[in-house]
Amino acid sequence: MARKDGVTLFREDGTRLDGRRPDEMRPIRMEVGVLENADGSAMVEFGRTKVLAAVYGPREPVQKYIAIPDKAVLRVRYHMAPFSTSERKSPAPSRREVELSKVIREALEPVVLTDQFPRTAIDVFIEVLQADGGTRTTGLTAASLALADAGIPMRALVGGVAVGKIQDKLVLDIDEFEDNYAEADMPVGAAPDIGLVTLFQINGVMTREEVMKGLDMALEAINKIVEMEKEVLKSKYVKAEV
Amino acid sequence: MAKGRRIVAPGEQLPPDTTGPEEYLVDHGEWKSPATLGIVDERDGKHVFIPLQGVYVPRKGDIVIGLITGQGIVNWFVDINSPYQAILTVQDFLGRPFNPMTDDMSKLLRIGDYVKAQVQAFDRTRNPTLTVQGEGLGRIVEGKIVEVLPSRIPRIIGKKHSMINMISEETGCEIYAAVNGRIHLKCPNEDSETIAILAIKKIERETHTVGLTERVKRLIQEEKKVRGV
Repeated sequence: MARKDGVTLFREDGTRLDGRRPDEMRPIRMEVGVLENADGSAMVEFGRTKVLAAVYGPREPVQKYIAIPDKAVLRVRYHMAPFSTSERKSPAPSRREVELSKVIREALEPVVLTDQFPRTAIDVFIEVLQADGGTRTTGLTAASLALADAGIPMRALVGGVAVGKIQDKLVLDIDEFEDNYAEADMPVGAAPDIGLVTLFQINGVMTREEVMKGLDMALEAINKIVEMEKEVLKSKYVKAEV
Repeated sequence: MAKGRRIVAPGEQLPPDTTGPEEYLVDHGEWKSPATLGIVDERDGKHVFIPLQGVYVPRKGDIVIGLITGQGIVNWFVDINSPYQAILTVQDFLGRPFNPMTDDMSKLLRIGDYVKAQVQAFDRTRNPTLTVQGEGLGRIVEGKIVEVLPSRIPRIIGKKHSMINMISEETGCEIYAAVNGRIHLKCPNEDSETIAILAIKKIERETHTVGLTERVKRLIQEEKKVRGV
């Protein structure tokens, strides 16, 4: 079934244009400890979306006034590299990047045990190297991995994935092309181990039923993502075993 | 990995009776979870969690090795490999009141010097203060400092100092492992020093494995043969 403008986002056999089933994620690749200088780092790929995250701290903040007396301040910077998109993106932080930095920070704050390090700062840098849709959820996943790699105490790991609605069908982990033609896009971030949804946004129009179904799809996928995160973190030590 | 030992990641379920450092165990009521990557050791039905990561948080009474990073009017700023910068007063260093007219601070300690000091007070609301009034404390004048992850220090020391004593005996080095992840080595020659560092770095890398003391011993003996020590 094609849209009014003639664009069709499904093949005849019901699969999506890249051959995925509606509830199928893109191939995921994760790696930790990719940066030597950072206290913790991770590289996460969701298909062609590629995000690097680096964590520094807890450390004494350079600007002392930002310190909070009874907990650590979490600072998150989400940034898209100028070369991450097909058309050059200005390296200056855009309105969207400032917002996403806040959204990702709020998605991490419930799981990071900031009260253990009062008056310090934990810096999370998320750099999108290649953007192909779902950069905020990939960034959140990378940030969670990098925080764990830095040894920062956490209640649980967080993962994220976006659900989209295209041609009235819910599809998991939408890419850039699908996002451009989607009726709605719903990024979700969660910590399944403690049953907490930490990021939830909707852009577009979805019915109540679609939201509930989409959330279930996302949470199921996040479960798999978080399990993968754990395996990747452990593999660092398993490899060193003699 | 030995039977009963497994690596766990943050958020994984552990039995409620699991013991370990409080700051690295999250209590969810019916279960606990590790706050960092670590090992769970199950012995005789008891679960013990050993974190593999973590930063050094000062505690009163800890002996640390600090690096002088700055100088104030009556104190030095000391990096103790922790999120909190420590302070060492000149008065404490001298053991008597400080008189800026007669005492020259820069002749006592310079930026870049290492000091072995004790944490005098720390409660997270203010930065830790250090004291060098005690046996064996003060400026470090010889040897080498090796940095490792603070969480590796208990393994480097070993049960009843078994590991550190073994390295010491095999290499002839005098070794002091401070809780903040800095190790002071005083060795008879450069080769022994290199061997001791190799051994320490091996422990840092393979801290979670069993039979490590034996492997480290073998490494030291092989290196000694190669280097003709």
